[in-house]
Amino acid sequence: MKIELKEIRKYFGNVKANDGISLVLQAGKIYGILGENGAGKSTLMKILSGYQPADSGEILLDGRGVRFPTPAQALQSGVGMLYQEQLDFPPFRIVENYLLGRDRRVNLDYKMAEAELKQLASRYSFNLDVRAFVDSLSLGERQQLELVRLLAGGAQILILDEPTTGISAEQKELLFNSMRQLAHEEGKTLILVSHKLDEVQELCDHAFVLRRGKLVGEIDVPCPNDKLVEMMFAQIPPRSDRAPRSDRAPLIATGQPALELVDIIISTYRLIVEKINLTVQPGEVFGLAGLEGSGQDLLLQTCAGLLQPTHGHYLLAGQDVTGWSYHRIQSAGVAYVAAGRLEAGLVAGLSLTEHLVLAQPEHTFFVDWSGSQKDCSSRIEKYQVVGTPNTLADELSGGNQQRFLFALLRDELKLILMEHPTRGLDVRSANWIWEILYRRREQGTAILFISADLDEIVERSDRIAVFSGGVMSRVVKAKETSVDELGHLIGGQA
Amino acid sequence: MKVKRLASWLWPVIPILAALLFTSGLLLLYKASPIDSFRAMYDGAFGDQSKTLSVLAFWAPLTLSAVGLLVTFTAGLWNIGVEGQIILGSIAASWVALKLDLPSPFLQVSAEILAAMLGGALWAGIAAVFKTRGGVNEIFGGLALNNLAIILTNYLISGPWQPPEGGSFRGTQPFPPDALLPRFAESRFSPLSMIMAFVAIAVIIVMLRGTFWGLKLKALGKNPFSAFLLGVSSEREVILAMMVCGALAGLGGAVRVLSWFDSLRQSISGGIGFLALLVVMLANFQGYWVPFIAVFFSAVLNGSISLQLRTQLHSSLGGILTGVMVLFVLLFSDIGAFKWARREKRE
Amino acid sequence: MNDAEFVRMMASIILASSPLIIAVCGETITERAGVVNLSLDGTMLMAAMTGFVMGLKTENIWLGFLAGAIVGAVFGAIVAYGSISLGKSQVAVGFVLTLLGDDLSAFLGQNFTRIPGQVVKHLGIPLLKDIPIIGPIFFNQDMVVYFSYILIIVTWLFISRTQPGLHLRSSGERPEAAFARGVNVRRVRYLYTMLGGALVGIAGAAYSLDVKIGWSEGATRGLGWIALAIVIFGGWSPVRGALGAILFGATKAVATILQRTFPEISVVAFNAIPWVLMLAVLFVVGSDVTERLIEFMPKRLQPPLRRMLRITAPLALGSSIAEE
Repeated sequence: MKIELKEIRKYFGNVKANDGISLVLQAGKIYGILGENGAGKSTLMKILSGYQPADSGEILLDGRGVRFPTPAQALQSGVGMLYQEQLDFPPFRIVENYLLGRDRRVNLDYKMAEAELKQLASRYSFNLDVRAFVDSLSLGERQQLELVRLLAGGAQILILDEPTTGISAEQKELLFNSMRQLAHEEGKTLILVSHKLDEVQELCDHAFVLRRGKLVGEIDVPCPNDKLVEMMFAQIPPRSDRAPRSDRAPLIATGQPALELVDIIISTYRLIVEKINLTVQPGEVFGLAGLEGSGQDLLLQTCAGLLQPTHGHYLLAGQDVTGWSYHRIQSAGVAYVAAGRLEAGLVAGLSLTEHLVLAQPEHTFFVDWSGSQKDCSSRIEKYQVVGTPNTLADELSGGNQQRFLFALLRDELKLILMEHPTRGLDVRSANWIWEILYRRREQGTAILFISADLDEIVERSDRIAVFSGGVMSRVVKAKETSVDELGHLIGGQA
Repeated sequence: MKVKRLASWLWPVIPILAALLFTSGLLLLYKASPIDSFRAMYDGAFGDQSKTLSVLAFWAPLTLSAVGLLVTFTAGLWNIGVEGQIILGSIAASWVALKLDLPSPFLQVSAEILAAMLGGALWAGIAAVFKTRGGVNEIFGGLALNNLAIILTNYLISGPWQPPEGGSFRGTQPFPPDALLPRFAESRFSPLSMIMAFVAIAVIIVMLRGTFWGLKLKALGKNPFSAFLLGVSSEREVILAMMVCGALAGLGGAVRVLSWFDSLRQSISGGIGFLALLVVMLANFQGYWVPFIAVFFSAVLNGSISLQLRTQLHSSLGGILTGVMVLFVLLFSDIGAFKWARREKRE
Repeated sequence: MNDAEFVRMMASIILASSPLIIAVCGETITERAGVVNLSLDGTMLMAAMTGFVMGLKTENIWLGFLAGAIVGAVFGAIVAYGSISLGKSQVAVGFVLTLLGDDLSAFLGQNFTRIPGQVVKHLGIPLLKDIPIIGPIFFNQDMVVYFSYILIIVTWLFISRTQPGLHLRSSGERPEAAFARGVNVRRVRYLYTMLGGALVGIAGAAYSLDVKIGWSEGATRGLGWIALAIVIFGGWSPVRGALGAILFGATKAVATILQRTFPEISVVAFNAIPWVLMLAVLFVVGSDVTERLIEFMPKRLQPPLRRMLRITAPLALGSSIAEE
């Protein structure tokens, strides 16, 4: 089956997730879709699989224009997708999960389902216990189950969205072998959405690279890595053109680190973050790079006290704070600024002044509204937030919400933890935010931040570490590294 | 913009009118004239002094409970257990009335009031702890505690506190006159209860709008996670909010048992707790509207009792009118804004 | 107490529990779809009154049940409409309907109180009713009771063994994944809220036509709330819910017996048992007490134990559906 995507466009508000993407896929091949976070890979594939509609553009299967209102209908036409967030049903039995939506029959034929499952699974050397419940399976096994289900449903085109995050090496082996079998022996079309260069090189025949919503190139694979990196991350102007580094105050190394993580292991359902050893000095800016779901967000949450590590120690300015609750750590001089804004940090329906009052470390029984309003006004001005003290948090634009979150930070902080500090901000606002942060730095505050923007990581950090699949790379000095090197580290090649 | 604001003010009027139409329709079904019935209800509520005083006497505990619920609603809680908190307040006040004999009426009544507030707060606190420590939704915790409160009342009435001439399941032995709230004329209305209600309104509005604690509750009710990140401890605030509401509800219970009645009775709470929930919903959770809507509810409910005496129409008509009103306002009051937004999108 | 008394007592427990069982099955279906129908108490009152009056007027008891079912479906429809299409709080809408149902039933039923009407006829099943002890308890009852037995089985089969049942469960567990499988979550929620409501309506009618014959103001008051609580501590399963309903009915009977044995302890203590039990069970269900207890068990036993004691709400219960 030949697939053509023509001029696919998808906007989320102002963001151009897919900005006129066109590509052609042939049967019997394995394709890779590469790109950074926010490049638009998942969005594009979700359009192809019927999960969400495109704003404009066409999809053609063997020359016929098709429209898929739901993924179930896409599957009927032969398109199936393995989603990153695993759209299956953990409380169900495997057979129930398999049978849901399969046909219109009222009766559930377990015997038939079990037989089919066993037969299909064994064809690709998957080993599934058909009597088990979905939530007792590992992530890799759940993927295998979904793959088998899609194949049984008649999928000729299979899309896999970041399938190798969180699965074991053996399961990856199995998966890749099955993909080769499906494409090369059975003539199906396989699409792998990934940020891992080495996997794309290993598995795919041809790669498409997306950046900022556009298709920037395609190439037959295997090919030299540099070509892929170049397309994915693009050239940036040399650092000297941007804010000059030399007139920033040098690192104040006072001996006692602001933050110290010793042999920290964090374990969650989706991911286990392996032994982390990290120190951050007061006044240092430490950047954590890596694509979403690689573990850096979990590390930040652990430093904030929202997650507890299963092993290891966490020291704050020499004091052992392992196991401290979020509020306790907050009162010890740590600020956590989440990326979610309205979900995590701001309260829709509350005014800016009300937020300010809540965020203060000291409070009186009766709120001094007029005084707080004045304080809020001056902060709004200082941080250049477009709004008034009475504006509600949800009435601010995204960029202004971010600025306001900074306006809420307390004065003397030992550590600021930030997720994506300049996401959605224009260059001027981003620079402004960093000016504020550098001023904090001069007061001795350590800054640990996550960003998906490699330019920002290289530009703003003193030292950098990269996360990939729950593993933290070696620490590099920002001065001595380049975006290319980081790209490779992200791709999983140490 | 201004037209939109005006529209969002006007639109609740439509559901209210629709509710009146619905009730009128019901009346017509029973061959009763809606105009006459509503007039009879009005007469039943405000026809003469004693009737008006009855309305006020019902209004005070209703307002006290509703004001308390403002606090729990702000914190995002559905305090269905308010009915039981009223009852516990009554029970506590009854205990003081029957068991303690303090030198002056002033001390006696003060002790009763204090006990009532503590009793209500305690009952609410139990539900709150079940919620924070046991994950028991406050709706079901409140439900169970409501029933337990009723059972306790029945036990006291038929057992230890029964009247000297033998248990009749109507009520406990009557309280000594000094233990009762001072009443106005021959009515059941105690001006003291009205003062308490107004004081409560003022205090709670100030607390919710002017104190740090009120702000914490507001944040908790709107976004518990963000509130947490901003430093609000949900367990502590939930328990406190519930206890404040319980105290006010308990105070309402004291008013009921010390002025509306003169002893602890079987239906001491009279459904006031549930009604208070409706009052707050109709007031759109705004404190200022509460006393007025409570007057409306009291008038309608008292008026419909008179209506039943005069015509044959069952007194639940009042409950129907108020219930349908709340339902329509709840469902349709922002239909206007909804349609406006759609129109704007099309343009 | 001798055998005959015991049998009589058990039989009356079964009879009295059957409307509750029907209501619990209905609300279980609704909640599995992800909707909380808090209006049960009002629904049952309204359905009890309507069912009785309809039976009286048409002299056909089955029309009475039909009327009850329609009433229940209407209440369910309002809750569904308010929450799914208008985006209002399910709890708020349900609560107002609870109170309205009480008042409406009192008003519309005012001329029909305390008069005799249709009664469900007794129907002993030949052969089965002669089995010692079990026979007279379970098989010497009437159609309503037998309906409740069948309903338990049918509901269980439907939820766990049919494709529509999978649609139902998926809507309540993960609506976004259900959507991906082609399930129309909105339609599913509407349908099963109304169906569940209809069953609750039948339960209400069963009360006034079978268990406590006739209508009087507030006849079934409290039963709807109890049904809601039983759905939770039955772990959203019709079989366990039915057991919970019987248990609840039994506590009243047990209370009477215990009272005879311990006359010094007042009747109050025994009336309180069901509610204290409810609080205790909800506490155990909602806190991590069970999880902590399970952790004490040997590793091998843990997964099956968890499975048996699995009492987790449908993950998407009470949430609204994001429009894709």
